[in-house]
Amino acid sequence: MKKWIAGAALALTAMTGPALADGHDSYPERPIMLMVSYGAGGATDFQARIVTMTAGNEDALGMPIAIVNRPGAGGRVGWNWFATEAEGDGYTLGAYNIPHFIAQSIEGGVSYSSDSFEPIANWGADPAVFVVAADSDFNSMADVVSYAKENPGGLTFSGAGLFVGHHIAALQLEKAAGVKMAYIPNNSGGAGAMRAVIAGEVLGGVNNLSDAFRAQAAGNVKILGVFDLERNAEFLPDVPTMMEQGYDIDNASVNFRGVMVPKGTPQPIIDKLAATVPAMFENGRVQSRMAAGGSPMHIMTRDEVLEMWAARQSTLEELLAGL
Amino acid sequence: MDFLFYMGDVFTPINFGLLLLGTIGGLILGATPGLSPTMAVALLIPFTFQLEPQQGLILLGAAYTSTVAGGAVSAILLKIPGAPANIATTLDGHTMATKGEGAKALQLSFIASAIGGLFGVFLLIFLTPVLAQWALAFGPSHLFWLAILGVTVIGTLDSSSVVKGLLSGCIGLWLATIGFDDIMGAQRFIFHPAVSGGINVIPALIGLFAIPQVITMFTKGRSSDDAEIINVKKHPIRFAFAEVFKRKMALTIGTITGSIIGLIPGVGGQIAGLVAYDQSKKFSKESEKFGTGHSEGVIAAESANNAMVGPSLVPLLTLSIPGSPTAAVLLGGLLIHGIFPGPDLFMNYPQVAWTFIDSMLIGQLLMCIFGLYIAGLAASVARVPHAVMAAIVLGLAVFGSYSVQNSMGDVYVMATLGLAMYFLERFGFSAAPLVLGLILGPIAEANFIQGSMIANATVGTGTYFFTGWLNWLLILIVLASISYSVWMEIMARRYTTKDDAVAKEEALP
Repeated sequence: MKKWIAGAALALTAMTGPALADGHDSYPERPIMLMVSYGAGGATDFQARIVTMTAGNEDALGMPIAIVNRPGAGGRVGWNWFATEAEGDGYTLGAYNIPHFIAQSIEGGVSYSSDSFEPIANWGADPAVFVVAADSDFNSMADVVSYAKENPGGLTFSGAGLFVGHHIAALQLEKAAGVKMAYIPNNSGGAGAMRAVIAGEVLGGVNNLSDAFRAQAAGNVKILGVFDLERNAEFLPDVPTMMEQGYDIDNASVNFRGVMVPKGTPQPIIDKLAATVPAMFENGRVQSRMAAGGSPMHIMTRDEVLEMWAARQSTLEELLAGL
Repeated sequence: MDFLFYMGDVFTPINFGLLLLGTIGGLILGATPGLSPTMAVALLIPFTFQLEPQQGLILLGAAYTSTVAGGAVSAILLKIPGAPANIATTLDGHTMATKGEGAKALQLSFIASAIGGLFGVFLLIFLTPVLAQWALAFGPSHLFWLAILGVTVIGTLDSSSVVKGLLSGCIGLWLATIGFDDIMGAQRFIFHPAVSGGINVIPALIGLFAIPQVITMFTKGRSSDDAEIINVKKHPIRFAFAEVFKRKMALTIGTITGSIIGLIPGVGGQIAGLVAYDQSKKFSKESEKFGTGHSEGVIAAESANNAMVGPSLVPLLTLSIPGSPTAAVLLGGLLIHGIFPGPDLFMNYPQVAWTFIDSMLIGQLLMCIFGLYIAGLAASVARVPHAVMAAIVLGLAVFGSYSVQNSMGDVYVMATLGLAMYFLERFGFSAAPLVLGLILGPIAEANFIQGSMIANATVGTGTYFFTGWLNWLLILIVLASISYSVWMEIMARRYTTKDDAVAKEEALP
């Protein structure tokens, strides 16, 4: 009898052991929140809703993920909140946009940097493209650059704001082509920047590949170049990269979107999320919805994202140093 | 006449069921303070994952239509505008409700909403290609002048004196500068983490309108237990119809202003109601009655904010550019089903596109029917004792501000602004011009900066802002609006001094 009790006690300890050790075995026990630092209806919000829709499945996290929007100041409000106030308990996730938050932290005036967050996984990569109105005289980047050379500082082109992917692409273009152009940040994001191009308020613009693809399909714009290392085979196989057109521009402006947690989240939770979330993104329903919406997917694991963040940090520091 | 061809699709059992669901749900969501149409539609998007594209859009279209109209319920009964679109409705609507005419105000607002809304959707059906060009015509310089036009309205809006109106407008403009600026990302007046994102319009709206109300109710409760018992008057629906059609001027101005302004991307929805209210006040023969529970005020404001629903979708459906936050959410709803809006939308997916538009037409009618049905019941809210009412309104105000982005910061902002507004109101300032300043500030600023950046790179600031027929037209309207206000002020002064003189003379022994 004594032996039996001792055995049972031992078994019990063995069972609760790991749970007591870190207390995170049964994570997640309740629904999880995902903070999106852009408004409802924006590309980040829209994609975040799709990629998390299968979170409640048994083979994923087993608990649903709810999206909470904290928009404002190009994402600064949400990320400030995430870095300073969000609890590192694994129930508060955040969506990141690279290069936005790294560029903003280099510019200063915010309470976060890439050290404030722990990446979990990347779901999408939306390269920037150069667009002009459908009736524009420009037919290639060479036309654009030669106009800019003739009119220094006179070529107006729109983008979603300062210190976001579009602005980085604009800076890279100016640097690589050795010209001075007039970048006009728009206050209503990518949609507003696209409107300015279509309405002819500006001569060109930097915009998201997914939105530009739709606008081109609608017959409103021409896409002259992609700010990425390779052409986009899925949506724009015919549009050359900047590199192909002779401008030394890498993929620093590509808008990577993914999930992160605040620093201080327990390591076992990070590990568990890092193991399950990429698989969740690979779900067939997620993939088909994303493809239907014209949103390019690019799934990366935690280690790959850490590497990418570090690489961006150094490229952007160099690029923004001259400002 | 394609829209008639697809009308039948709206009435299949599932589709019609969803339409009813969207309409009734939308009215309830719209009547809840803090749940703006954008939020309501965003909340519904996940449900459309499971539905066919057509069905999903019916649900979203119906919800969009009826949340805009539902906002009038809380605006009239509780003096909490559910969204910026309903600000103007509170001005006369709530005064009517406190006089026991809540049922009438609600009936008028639903009938006017339906008429405005139907007109707007018909514009969307018949004039989309023309309107798309109009939506593109507004560049930064034009939006700047439009915002300035809005500022000229501030002085005369719901205020005893032009100076006080302008002052509270200036307070609003200042509040709008708090936070990161929209273009440069500079930080301004961030004295507390709650305002780091700037002052969100919806918590501000709730605080400015509801909190002074709550405090007043509590103070009344102290002074006399049986305060005033409001006799809620019954109001037959046919009288309401007669009243709406008698006020043709307000209805026409509201509908047309709402449709035109609704088209302008980024501006429309928020100020359509206020501009229409102001315009019909200026054109009305009984302009002095505005603000005292005058039916024209409700009719103009509500016909305008629903008239904007249809045209606000024009840029989305034709150019694939969402012109308003709600349209952006609807775009998400379309994309999720692999439907790209654009000029080909009506060719590639006629069934989806036309059924969506038809559902908004039928939705307007259903919204009106349900609205009229609840108007009689809802108006008895005015009978609730002050102390209870104050508690309910306070609860809703906190809930509404918190729910915008799950943030206590917004609740603090709401409470602080509300408390400040209580004292301002005692000195004769009013909330509407303040909110208008809060809304117009960022529009004017961002467009001025953008415009001058473009101007500096091209033709120069003077040429950019002062040439072109649209700039001239807007400047002309601005000047006309200012001179009208000045003239009215002078006339009013003249009368006042005369009356005062007479009164003084009579007062002498």
